[in-house]
Amino acid sequence: MTSILTYTLKNLPSTSKWALRFSLRPLSCSSQLRAAPATQTKSKKTLAKPNIRNIVVVEGVRIPFLQSGTSYKELMPHDLARAALLGLLHRTSVPKDVVDYIIFGTVIQEVKTSNVAREAALGAGFSDKTPAHTVTMACISANQAMTTGVGLIASGQCDVVVAGGVELMSDVPIRHSRKMRKMLLDLNKAKTLGQRLSLISKFRLNFLSPELPAVAEFSTSETMGHSADRLAAAFAVSRLDQDEYALRSHSLAKKAQDEGLLSDVVPFKVPGKDTVTKDNGIRPSSLEQMAKLKPAFIKPYGTVTAANSSFLTDGASAMLIMAEEKALAMGYKPKAYLRDFVYVSQDPKDQLLLGPTYATPKVLERAGLTMTDIDAFEFHEAFSGQILANFKAMDSDWFAQNYMGRKTKVGSPPLEKFNNWGGSLSLGHPFGATGCRLVMAAANRLRKEGGQYGLVAACAAGGQGHAMIVEAYPK
Amino acid sequence: MVASRAIGSLRRFTASRTLRCPGYTCRNFSASSALLTRTHINYGVKGDVAVVRINSPNSKVNTLSRELQSEFIEVMNEIWANDQIRSAVLISSKPGCFIAGADINMLASCKSAEEVMQLSQEGQRMFEKLEKSTKPIVAAISGSCLGGGLELAISCQYRIATKDRKTVLGTPEVLLGILPGAGGTQRLPKMVGVPAAFDMMLTGRNIRADRAKKMGLVDQLVEPLGPGLKPSEERTIEYLEEVAVTFAKELSDKKISLKRDKGLVEKLTSYAMSIPFVRQQIYKKVEEKVRKQTKGLYPAPLKIIDAVKTGIEQGNDAGYVSESQKFGELAMTKESKALMGLYHGQVLCKKNKFGTPQKDVKHLAILGAGLMGAGIAQVSVDKGIKTILKDATLAGLDRGQQQVFKGLNDKVKKKALTSFERDSIFSNLTGQLDYQGFEKADMVIEAVFEDLNLKHRVLKEVEAVVPDHCVFASNTSALPISQIASVSKRPEKVIGMHYFSPVDKMQLLEIITTEKTSKDTTASVVAVGLKQGKVIVVVKDGPGFYTTRCLAPMMSEVLRILQEGVDPKKLDSLTTSFGFPVGAATLVDEVGVDVAKHVAEDLGKAFGERFEGGSVDLLKQMVSRGFLGRKSGKGFYIYQEGTKNKSLNSDMDGILASLKVPPKSDVCSDEDLQYRLVTRFVNEAIMCLQEGILATPAEGDIGAVFGLGFPPCLGGPFRYVDLYGAQKIVDRLRKYEAAYGKPFTPCQLLIDHANSPNKKFYQ
Repeated sequence: MTSILTYTLKNLPSTSKWALRFSLRPLSCSSQLRAAPATQTKSKKTLAKPNIRNIVVVEGVRIPFLQSGTSYKELMPHDLARAALLGLLHRTSVPKDVVDYIIFGTVIQEVKTSNVAREAALGAGFSDKTPAHTVTMACISANQAMTTGVGLIASGQCDVVVAGGVELMSDVPIRHSRKMRKMLLDLNKAKTLGQRLSLISKFRLNFLSPELPAVAEFSTSETMGHSADRLAAAFAVSRLDQDEYALRSHSLAKKAQDEGLLSDVVPFKVPGKDTVTKDNGIRPSSLEQMAKLKPAFIKPYGTVTAANSSFLTDGASAMLIMAEEKALAMGYKPKAYLRDFVYVSQDPKDQLLLGPTYATPKVLERAGLTMTDIDAFEFHEAFSGQILANFKAMDSDWFAQNYMGRKTKVGSPPLEKFNNWGGSLSLGHPFGATGCRLVMAAANRLRKEGGQYGLVAACAAGGQGHAMIVEAYPK
Repeated sequence: MVASRAIGSLRRFTASRTLRCPGYTCRNFSASSALLTRTHINYGVKGDVAVVRINSPNSKVNTLSRELQSEFIEVMNEIWANDQIRSAVLISSKPGCFIAGADINMLASCKSAEEVMQLSQEGQRMFEKLEKSTKPIVAAISGSCLGGGLELAISCQYRIATKDRKTVLGTPEVLLGILPGAGGTQRLPKMVGVPAAFDMMLTGRNIRADRAKKMGLVDQLVEPLGPGLKPSEERTIEYLEEVAVTFAKELSDKKISLKRDKGLVEKLTSYAMSIPFVRQQIYKKVEEKVRKQTKGLYPAPLKIIDAVKTGIEQGNDAGYVSESQKFGELAMTKESKALMGLYHGQVLCKKNKFGTPQKDVKHLAILGAGLMGAGIAQVSVDKGIKTILKDATLAGLDRGQQQVFKGLNDKVKKKALTSFERDSIFSNLTGQLDYQGFEKADMVIEAVFEDLNLKHRVLKEVEAVVPDHCVFASNTSALPISQIASVSKRPEKVIGMHYFSPVDKMQLLEIITTEKTSKDTTASVVAVGLKQGKVIVVVKDGPGFYTTRCLAPMMSEVLRILQEGVDPKKLDSLTTSFGFPVGAATLVDEVGVDVAKHVAEDLGKAFGERFEGGSVDLLKQMVSRGFLGRKSGKGFYIYQEGTKNKSLNSDMDGILASLKVPPKSDVCSDEDLQYRLVTRFVNEAIMCLQEGILATPAEGDIGAVFGLGFPPCLGGPFRYVDLYGAQKIVDRLRKYEAAYGKPFTPCQLLIDHANSPNKKFYQ
């Protein structure tokens, strides 16, 4: 409850701030048009703000997202990240020494390369004078990497930032038990043979039982799938609806792949294996087949199954972000502007995956837009049930009033503009890398479909969420 | 205090079980006129599944009253007669309560054992029909499912329960001195096995849903849902119903079987139980244990064992007969009347008679991080109250904070909390040595050493820093609150809160108001106490308030008896066999000899001759030798860490010998010794009512049982007088008065009751 209350409080001032900004916009608009060399093709206003640098995505790429345990399984995370960086370098031909800073997101950290951004950058041949750091924020880690970059550019600290994300679920750190670790550490310090022997004599067989990385939310001890199942039930989302949505995701992804729309994918020659050129998790099935699956978390009557959940994925993505004037000066034709963004958080138990519901109205307000202004929605699909529950929550005045401290609902996104090229359910979801994929999908869709605004939103473990407005760069 | 263990069992009564409400009488009209306007039960049909919804009007809980039962039978008959319906779901529309048990008042209104037996037989018949139903019935349980509610549930073919903290299953009948009288003693052993069934029925313990699943008491669990398009509670019940309907359908379609997979241990147990010799051994063991624990004072547990035994050894029919007979007998016993009285009293003492306080206490400050202070902090932080724990020294503060942490961590070990919850609860606590942050305190509870000057000093210090609305409560067991308040600038905000040690285990909180204490101050303190989970008695200020004042004369008699040459072990066994959870000598050790000495001196001064008996010199000498009781390792007994058996402290022999007084032979039989203790206690309690220290007899009974361990089977001093007759007690007192004089003179109110036998404390 307190989180809801504080949320309301937080939300109120932002509304009024927005009102102020909105009234200023018409003034700034014209000046912006003069300053910006590019002209708007559409009649819609641009979201440029006075005295704030315009930040553009020059290009973004990702290596194919693969189901964990397949072609990338022998690699290490920094190998994937390096591949993504090399793909970006190849695609953009950006001189390496122009890059001021490199940020990567990741979730399950390989302890040997805990600052995976740095290891990947060095390996990819970036200047050793280019600093790099790694961020983590569960499934929105790459979003955090991008927005950190946005912050660095907006504040004038940098002009060119590479942001990305990586996740390798084929290999996760499995630790010795705490008791075993303690004994090993003590052994290290022991000076005499006697001390060592006495330590070893305390060894028990159960010291050897390993500690797996937690799949459960730390605060509630609940796994995400379990929470998703409860969320779907809370919003009365049926199994059939979930299966249908998952089928849609896979079908659209297949279509996009076949039509060559997934232009952000760069091929990756895996050492010792064939070159990987496309995502391998897209498997359109039939509703009958899907109906046969047993629930994966709440047994025997739950609704979340392997088929309507995103799968464990290996992958990496990278994106070149610049100040607009820098990009233009370097002769680039940017793909999109990165505009307003928000981070939200809510109850990690019952609203773990409702981030998009909370983030969407906030970011729209901040940008002065409404749902109808958005041409391309790109939401992270953790589970079919989660997406459909978010739709229902966004479409409920009751929920908006009682939990979000808003007067009215924001409305659910029209399905024909929603994740048209597939989503995490079908393309895969390498935790740390998905954020960049979402932004690039929105940017590429706007270019292809001719829209102006894209809305990216995602939920994350810990009950957090994120949304960002992507604006097409005028052609 | 060990007392907590025995009385602790009483705490598991769920609050507000009863409350028959007005509006029942109109039922008679509706029953004849229309089928659809039932008041307690209605049903709808989903496909071929009937959903029977239980919702007693004007009450927070559903109880198996006569009206509810007859409506239930009507509804079930309709369902059985309807060919369109192939299965049924039973569910409550009340969040937090499936069925909380049978209506206690229905039992209380019965005049004879036969009448009660008939009730039981009606219940048995009804549930047998459910059990034999050819259309599968699914009980969808959310909230408390106790007593008759559980008996109903286990008669159904399938049980689905919500996995939340409010959902508990249990048979608390034994705590009311009765037994599960609607087939429970027969069905439960078959369902969960004999040992587990005995455990449930003899302890009355509540079983959480996840544990119930493991035991085989429920078949499926449903996760509680968060908010969706409706509030979380509402949607969870809906979801439970949806899941139950699916299972009901599958059961009627025979898609799932009723046979439960048993684990290896379960299989072995049930095999062992098929051997008559093993069964006999188990009955014997359980009986022995029960006899040892109840000392023959509580008839219900033995009858439960008997009813179970009859059912298993002689078959169902004999079992049912035995169950209903014993149920009838038990309901008529004094013990069950006493225990039910306590239950009602407890419900009463869980309410705030003083209304809603003007300001909710969100910030609490506690002075003194000793046993009491830290204990109070522990029961406050886990209710979400931001609490400051202040002590004068860092060492004292460390100890106190560790006590709170340990209390919470023990709950983690028992899996009642997660480590994360522990940490977030613990962050409600701030430990400090200064008065920083007191400007935000809504209430300050001081638990500093029992010294009037010290209490005066902290009161002045606190008043200098706290806001105007802040309440100052003093945790003291004997210092009069008006004396403490005498230095206050705002005596209307000063009040007494007498907690009992250990605070997290003992349920009682005695609140002491002075002439000047304002009603809002009292309301505020009661609200905090209730939040802390306490049973509350509110008494007037006076030396020893109520509880300490009742205990003091009894303790004085304890000393005399010891001086008369009875050894502490014998004294202990005499008191425990009377029903006190802790022996009298042990009690002195537990309370602390120095504390006992303080109280004896203070109250001796205040009340004079009436509080005489043994010599305080005994306590003084013990204190001077360092025999302070358990806390110093030596008192009447020697206490050693890790060993449970305590031996007598032989150094006491000399002290006792030096203070020996000759016993008076005509008042020294074992029985006399017991009654010398109890009658002084009872007499003083009644005097407290006579003098207006106590507002009601019910509070007197609750205070005596929950705070001092007065035998629960007697129901408290007032119930005891009502049930056993005032005249008998007056006669006893007169006999001892002849030997010892004034301390045994019966008080006027007791004499009045003896003179007119129709006068009762409970009408």
